[in-house]
Amino acid sequence: MPPSETFEPRIAAFFCNWCTYGGADLAGVSRLQYPPNIRAVRIPCTGRMNPNFILQAFRLGADGVWVSGCHPGDCHYIAGNMFARRRFAVMKRLLEYVGLEPDRLQFSWISSAEASKFQQTVTEVTAAVKALGPARFLRKDLAEVA
Amino acid sequence: MDNQAIAQKIREVAKKLLSEGKVDVVIGYAQGSVPMRDYPYFAYTPEEAENLTWSGFCNSNLANFTIRRPGRMAVVAQGCVTRNLVGLIKENQLKRENLFVIGVASPGMLDRNKVQAAFPGKLITSVQEDGADLVVTGRGFAERLPRKRFMKDNCYTCVQRNPVICDELIGEESEPTHGGDIDKVAAPWEKLAAGERWAEFQETFKDCIRCYACRDACPLCYCHVCFVDESQPQWCGKTQDEADVATFHILRAFHCAGRCTDCGACEAACPQGIKMRRLTSKIEKDIRELYGYRPGMSLEQEPPLVVYRPNDPQDFIK
Repeated sequence: MPPSETFEPRIAAFFCNWCTYGGADLAGVSRLQYPPNIRAVRIPCTGRMNPNFILQAFRLGADGVWVSGCHPGDCHYIAGNMFARRRFAVMKRLLEYVGLEPDRLQFSWISSAEASKFQQTVTEVTAAVKALGPARFLRKDLAEVA
Repeated sequence: MDNQAIAQKIREVAKKLLSEGKVDVVIGYAQGSVPMRDYPYFAYTPEEAENLTWSGFCNSNLANFTIRRPGRMAVVAQGCVTRNLVGLIKENQLKRENLFVIGVASPGMLDRNKVQAAFPGKLITSVQEDGADLVVTGRGFAERLPRKRFMKDNCYTCVQRNPVICDELIGEESEPTHGGDIDKVAAPWEKLAAGERWAEFQETFKDCIRCYACRDACPLCYCHVCFVDESQPQWCGKTQDEADVATFHILRAFHCAGRCTDCGACEAACPQGIKMRRLTSKIEKDIRELYGYRPGMSLEQEPPLVVYRPNDPQDFIK
């Protein structure tokens, strides 16, 4: 088998507590099947996303990073996702500028009712990262600590 | 006005402000003990104001020294420095009423590394500016070269040579811009393929010794604890490993998003000659394209990353 078929990517997925995390939950109770490559991290709002988190995920061996939150206008904190949108736009452009493959860093808006969109997006993100192979961007092999 | 006349005028203004008690300190430049090394100088008394000077080698950004500084102060400021002062006022690090701006129209500042590179292996003992020329002398040589050749990279594409805010202007205003097209030189790696960009990025920053001189020289970097100094969690390792160097420079550049005035203090401070403006100028261009904002040009306009519009671009979001 070619390596692209045996390679299973690890994707750090940052989900807003109020929407995408709930969407993932609904996908689970609805028994929707999706690839097991994501490692979900719950954050209070996409406005909580610090660009440090994205780089840290890559440094610690993630092959892709996916950030997902509420649709614009639906933010539990009124406008956290609107501020995040501006930060993400600049950060994504910067990372692509220094050589990150565009598909490794993904953003989406998924509400807690959109279980099927969640399922579909996990599948798309996983397939896109899988096609790129293991990440070498910023990868640092840190010593194992207890 | 030549440099001597400007320096004389700065001294006069400084002495007047200090003797009348209008400010506690005048922050300007004094002549360095070696050529091309004029350094920041704090004059607290009218006598100390005699040491103030002015030349093309006044390279550090004096806005850096106003941050959270108690008392009233006067600052010698070119266009880019006043833009940083405006930014600091907007970010509540500085009060306008405590600040007296001694404005100087920038003729384009000079890069000492470029001058030294023109005389490899030779000891330069004196550099004088004479109109459009630079007279460089050393043991056994004296040459007159065009000043324009030795300007700092960012000065070629300067968009604001005159002070934005000013309480006393020294000399007269110059042409507002230097005439270079910033979009032509910003983001030089955009035309490369993704794989080449990563290699180019690594190559550009491979000499970084992580001394943080770029951070310390930057008037935007005033956090009490910088992300590189945080240890739990540790966002950025302390080594010169390429991943650590890359993390540091990406995040340093990102923290300047929507705030960087392209003053070039980072490159002027770098002992390794690293071109970190390759990153900051890219962000500057993006912010201008996405949100139509130029940092530090007015006291009213809100910084781009603390506001939003319902129709902000989001084509990259699924």
